[in-house]
Amino acid sequence: MYSYNQFDKEFNQTRVDQFRQQVARRIDGSLTEDEFKPLRLMNGLYLQLHAYMLRVAIPYGTLRSAQMDQLAMIADKYDRGYGHFTTRQNIQYNWPQLQDIPDILQDLADVEMHAIQTSGNCIRNVTADHFAGASADEIEDPRPTAELLRQWSTDHPEFAFLGRKFKIAITGAPIDRAVTKAHDIGLRMVRNEAGDAGYEVIVGGGLGRTPMIGKVLRAFLPRADLLPYLESVMQVYNVLGRRDNKYKARIKITVHENGIEKIRELVEERFVNQRAAFGGFDQELLKDLEAAFAPPEFISAPLDAYEAAYKTDPAFRSFVDTNLSAHKTDEYAIISISIKKHGQTPGDATSDQMRTMAELARKYAHDELRISHEQNVILPHVHKSHLYIIYQELKAVELATANIGLISDIIACPGMDYCALATARSIPIAQQIATRFDKLKLENDIGPLKIKISGCINACGHHHVGHIGILGLDRAGVENYQITLGGDGSQDANIGERAGPGFSYDEIIPAVERIIMAYLDLRTDANETFLDAYKRMGAEPFKLALYPPAKVAAE
Amino acid sequence: MARAFTPKVLTANRLLEGDVVYLGHDDAWVLHHRDAVLFTDETLANDALAVANTQPDVLVGAYLANAEMQNGHPAPTHFREEFRTRGPSNYAHGKQESIDV
Repeated sequence: MYSYNQFDKEFNQTRVDQFRQQVARRIDGSLTEDEFKPLRLMNGLYLQLHAYMLRVAIPYGTLRSAQMDQLAMIADKYDRGYGHFTTRQNIQYNWPQLQDIPDILQDLADVEMHAIQTSGNCIRNVTADHFAGASADEIEDPRPTAELLRQWSTDHPEFAFLGRKFKIAITGAPIDRAVTKAHDIGLRMVRNEAGDAGYEVIVGGGLGRTPMIGKVLRAFLPRADLLPYLESVMQVYNVLGRRDNKYKARIKITVHENGIEKIRELVEERFVNQRAAFGGFDQELLKDLEAAFAPPEFISAPLDAYEAAYKTDPAFRSFVDTNLSAHKTDEYAIISISIKKHGQTPGDATSDQMRTMAELARKYAHDELRISHEQNVILPHVHKSHLYIIYQELKAVELATANIGLISDIIACPGMDYCALATARSIPIAQQIATRFDKLKLENDIGPLKIKISGCINACGHHHVGHIGILGLDRAGVENYQITLGGDGSQDANIGERAGPGFSYDEIIPAVERIIMAYLDLRTDANETFLDAYKRMGAEPFKLALYPPAKVAAE
Repeated sequence: MARAFTPKVLTANRLLEGDVVYLGHDDAWVLHHRDAVLFTDETLANDALAVANTQPDVLVGAYLANAEMQNGHPAPTHFREEFRTRGPSNYAHGKQESIDV
């Protein structure tokens, strides 16, 4: 993993020191809120409904155990003993006090972390496949490139005042776990005909009030051309992007209004000069980063005890079958730790849980942890001989829920329980769906299903790409929930179709249940997933279940 | 034609803790919505808001929120304001933790 160099350390420390002074001047009244707000947002500090919120960056979702321990310490010392992992692989603290923020940032800096560029109209924290460097299907680990992008985009003077925020996601695998097609720029590692690895560059994806699937700008970009090419894209956006209307300011609108051909022409034109301006230092740096992200020294050990436990302990077997993914090394597995125990808030981990996960990573998983955009925590490198002890230790802190990829593995934004922008609550909807289907004992029968819930049109909960998406709105002073169907955040990305009129807070859980019952009734067999059934039949049978004609006629 | 003025309370967040507060009687900032002054006169409400905006070392983001008299106390008329009176629904971490709401 990457460790800060002297420049990173000094830069980060300077920012902490600056913000400490800015906070002091805000508290003594010499800065007004209007003056202070852009400064605090540059350091990830929001004012939410009930309190401040600090959003801490976890670049490309990668953490060492010491960093996770520090996140737990911060949760205990300055907050209420927990943190919220977000859909952008960050962690948010919901209850910090203003005067403590400089100390929190110092504690973060001590473990090479920060809250820079987690807000504002800049290039945000770069997100990546949470199985990066571990998954069996990967071409290459995308994290050296992600770290290169972090260094390039951090405090980049040309891109500090963009028309709007800008999000980049990267994956090194053909199976897209990073939702690259719903980002301002998505990078997918691919090989050309000669077998060289490079990037497919996707541009103009995004969710929010105008959801768009990104378009391919370059089918194959040689690796050495990445930074000059992305600078060209950013420059074209910076000049061409609209600044007259914030809702039209994202690059997806620029691409939509100008057409991908025009954007490509302008980018390629600039790229000639940009490429000439790069002297090759970025590639030297990338080589160093590749060395920093070299795979750990994998071990080999007997698997008899694991195999015996798999046979004899059914709960462990369920955990293995549901929460494990294939590792590139046969004797290893990737564990997805569900932060979604039925009835709990998606993505919320207590400080004890964080410390347990850190300890497990330290003892058994080559000191690596990942945060997924699906608000779970990953142990990417686990030798199978350690699976049973890890499972038992996770179980002791209520982290062994076997529901990864199932109906209760729900993405939910903080919604109106915390967020000042929200128009309705998300968290209680997620909690109720999870507990309802757990009670019905249907979760495993239903199989793979992604429900995603947003508490406003900004779509932090990715509802547009949920197989079932739920959007909470304020309709005439009452919470109202719209359902979308058939969304997909994978390599086959698709924006879900709105099913029809929304449902009240009390009606939304029964509505979801009707969709699921219709699916169970209509699927060809247990192997046909909800999404496959939707693709085969379209929305009609599900709309019929949602809005039964007899009931509609009676109203 | 200007929309008719509806009764309002004056609310903000405290600068340091971020706590939701309301303008109470005697010009004090109070935690309970029910202890807030309910403005029925638009001029008085706007004057109070102007005064709140001169206290940047105490408050953040003051605004007037719709409310109505219920059982002798002001009560919110919108669910967002109702949530602000007590805190989030997933944990008793908001005001409901420390004060009787």
